[in-house]
Amino acid sequence: MTTFFQQLVNGLSLGSIYALIALGYTMVYGVLRLINFAHGDVYMLGAYTGYYLSRKLKGDDPSLGGALVVMLGAMLVCAIVGVIIERFAYRPVRRAARLTLLITAIGVSLFIENSAQLVFGPDPKFFPSLAPRADFLVGGVRLTSEQLTVIAVSFILMVLLRFFIMKTRTGKAMRAVSFNLDAAKLMGISTDRIIAITFALGSALAAAAGVLIGMQIPKIDPLMGIIYGLKAFVAAVLGGIGNVPGAVLGGLLIGTSEVMVVGYLSSTYRDAIAFGILILVLLLRPQGILGRAQKEKV
Amino acid sequence: MKALVRAIAIVVVLILLNALFTGGLIPGFSISPYFLQIMSLAGINIILAVSLNLINGFTGQFSIGHAGFMAIGAYVSAFLSITFGDRIQALISFAPESVQKSGLLLVVLAAGAICAAIAGFLVGVPSLRLRGDYLAIVTLGFGEIIRVFILNIDAVGGARGLGGMPRLANFFWIYLFAAATIAVVTRIVNSSFGRTLIAIREDEIAAEAMGVNTTRHKVISFVVSSAMAGIAGGLFAHYLMYVHTNSFTFIRSFEIIIMIVIGGLGSITGSVLGAVLYITLTEGLRGFAQYRMVLFSLLLVVLMIVRPGGILGHRELRDFFWRRHRVAAPPPPAVSG
Amino acid sequence: MKSRVLLAALLAALLVPACRRGGGDEIPVGEYGSLTGTTATFGQSTNNAIQMAYEEINAAGGVLGKKVRVFVEDDQSKPEEAATAVTKLINQNHVVAMLGEVSSSRSLAAAPICQANHVPMISPSSTNPRVTQVGDYIFRVCFIDPFQAEVGARIAWEILHLKKVAILSDVRNDYSVGLQTFFRQTFKGFGGEIVAEQSYSEGDSDFRAQLTQIKSANPEGIYVPGYYTEVGTIARQARELGITVPLIGGDGWDSPRLWEIGGEALNGCYFSNHYSVDDPSPAVQKFVTAYKAKYNQVPDALAALGYDAARILADAMTRAGSTKGEKVRDALAATKDFPGVTGTITINKERNAVKPAVVLRIENGKFVYVTTVKPTGT
Repeated sequence: MTTFFQQLVNGLSLGSIYALIALGYTMVYGVLRLINFAHGDVYMLGAYTGYYLSRKLKGDDPSLGGALVVMLGAMLVCAIVGVIIERFAYRPVRRAARLTLLITAIGVSLFIENSAQLVFGPDPKFFPSLAPRADFLVGGVRLTSEQLTVIAVSFILMVLLRFFIMKTRTGKAMRAVSFNLDAAKLMGISTDRIIAITFALGSALAAAAGVLIGMQIPKIDPLMGIIYGLKAFVAAVLGGIGNVPGAVLGGLLIGTSEVMVVGYLSSTYRDAIAFGILILVLLLRPQGILGRAQKEKV
Repeated sequence: MKALVRAIAIVVVLILLNALFTGGLIPGFSISPYFLQIMSLAGINIILAVSLNLINGFTGQFSIGHAGFMAIGAYVSAFLSITFGDRIQALISFAPESVQKSGLLLVVLAAGAICAAIAGFLVGVPSLRLRGDYLAIVTLGFGEIIRVFILNIDAVGGARGLGGMPRLANFFWIYLFAAATIAVVTRIVNSSFGRTLIAIREDEIAAEAMGVNTTRHKVISFVVSSAMAGIAGGLFAHYLMYVHTNSFTFIRSFEIIIMIVIGGLGSITGSVLGAVLYITLTEGLRGFAQYRMVLFSLLLVVLMIVRPGGILGHRELRDFFWRRHRVAAPPPPAVSG
Repeated sequence: MKSRVLLAALLAALLVPACRRGGGDEIPVGEYGSLTGTTATFGQSTNNAIQMAYEEINAAGGVLGKKVRVFVEDDQSKPEEAATAVTKLINQNHVVAMLGEVSSSRSLAAAPICQANHVPMISPSSTNPRVTQVGDYIFRVCFIDPFQAEVGARIAWEILHLKKVAILSDVRNDYSVGLQTFFRQTFKGFGGEIVAEQSYSEGDSDFRAQLTQIKSANPEGIYVPGYYTEVGTIARQARELGITVPLIGGDGWDSPRLWEIGGEALNGCYFSNHYSVDDPSPAVQKFVTAYKAKYNQVPDALAALGYDAARILADAMTRAGSTKGEKVRDALAATKDFPGVTGTITINKERNAVKPAVVLRIENGKFVYVTTVKPTGT
């Protein structure tokens, strides 16, 4: 039984990472109907920014304050990167065919991955220890302080995001844009600005995920964004794409089921599981768990 | 009659070209095996690009799982030729060696194509109910699932890959099938079935309203497209004599999409052009090894911004040579409501 | 229209520089490896060592009076690219011999081409037995999976006296799959029991699910025949989950970065390797010092093997007195007791290297030499 709970904890901490990345996907899809393939790579850039920042700050013992600085720094940098990507790669093709947008996103993703390999070097780098370590043993289940941090920080960020979207004017504007871009424009909302903010927020969250993962599993490499990004996308769809709490739910579900299947059935199909779930969801309930069925209008 | 003459002419030309390139025609003249390899791989790319364009370009369905069907074709045909090759060849032992080999190739390719078609059916029926981006991700998922399954079948080598196939494919066979693919897709596109596909691309709901069974049409074109990808896979396997699932990841699917987008969705000539350009560029940039993919992806993004229709858009080669009334290109996108 | 013609011309021009062959007083040697892509570090390590080896050889007068020139092609960690790279090297650069690859799947893709063209190929580190079975022109300077797995089983059975072992292997990596297959056979043959088997995929970073299952089977040790990139994380997560038993591995562990990733979690773990950086023998120390000076890194096993492969090739050409394919092939096949950095190398009938393996224990960042295991029959 302890094994089961241990696996549950494992799944939750993995799922929180997926959830953070999924939030970015879901927000961008909500406003632009675009699958931002490059999102996973922004997550990777967040991890690397965190890595270089923490090496700059190094010298003394790991501390909570230092960790916070590193995370905020990475979030800021990636927010800017996200805005740049949107401005130069996506805005020019915003009105084009969907496949064009998809290809552009793929191109940006490949560009970031390969540039990262060139600039950072293809070998994995190892995150220095950021926060003081402590392990907890609760009824036979082991929790590391990193796992707790991941779950806690993810939760806090998600709550903040929800507050922002629901209670602030900018958040309301974001929701308006995701309902209907042109109507929002007619209402006087500066859609370009809102879209830029959406990208910035999503990228910042991905960066946070990157730093958290760096703390939990100290290895980072330029291609780490690919598979995490894909699974996070699946999580977003599972929860209902465009739906913020859905992304969180989806992330946790994907993380947990992945861990359960790997642990109890077979680890060889690990990556295939996420896709398998995706296919089932799309066939049985395409709008996702929390999404609303979209009627397609003519 | 005209079609038959044309077909025979193409076969003869290909035989001559093959002989020329490998040094059999003009004594002392042959092109470097390296260039021959590039051209052969380009030929396989042509088959992949043209077949994918049938689905993505003409029917307007985003599929990014093409590599999965290629993998099925490759592994099935390779497994057959390794395990049963001798027995199959023995069936026509009265024929000369080269005919035996050709026979074997045709048999294993057919098997690969049929399996890929079945897979296409199984994937297509549930997936094609979905629209746009969802379909894209689901096909991506299926492509990966297929690859992971193959990776775990020990009988076909698993993580070690599968090798030891005889080299049955060469320039002639690859281009023969490329020509056949182009011919088949052109016939489909210019038929009433093809026009229905285009109608589905332009406005699926309107087509449904007009009484078209869109699902049936989509699935048929998907199955045909997968079968052709299977043939490409079989040729690939019997040219390189070794396959590994690493050659069939979603990156490969992306590469094929890049080819058809560069050339122009909805243009068969464009797909051919895109396939050739792609391999030329990747080989040409070989000197810039580490910068190669960086430049390529940048090129891709710029291309999408500057000329999203690709090089040829919806036009075909013959549109340059004489005017004809054809299905009009879609009007520029209006402000969507 | 004009721009299209220009584009076509430009593209044609790009292909022209591809035709380059070695000058008359140079010996062109080909090298293909993964300089980019998912296993880029392996290719780069090997390449560094090969370049250094030939610089040293050329400085000492070259081979048969001529300088060796290495033509390197990147295969992007993809098998079909390996095939194209090798074809190019043979046909455009007219190389007389080929060095490569680390990964068995890429070696398997390239070997048939080298064999068909009668170009001797030496793989520095592919351990799958099938590679050299492709033909008589294909060689390797490392030991093969069955032997290394046997060493692993001996570590478990004879050195650590373990009776129940779990296996955690990389399902996507033929090296790992090969090792775990032979380990299982050998260990059971000794009388041991495999209590749990789990797997992961190269590139994964979360192994808690598998480790939790392994823990519930109570093994006395875990065999992890993977690459250092994952092993370090596996060790760390294992300790976090409360698994205290030792981990055992193979040469894929060898890297100065292993400790960086795994840290103290690795204390008391064992692995088999080709050589030990701390081996006091002058040849090894000279190599390590030179490599550190040139590349600012401690050489890993791949580099050491690349170095030996390059030097064995030069030695074979010297012994053959020629660079012709068949003669070099014969000389390679006759290699006996070559003093390599990775041990004294003899090439056997199957064209594999017969050499001992060293067993190392990890202690506080150092790989401590434990013992040497000779291949049975020597």
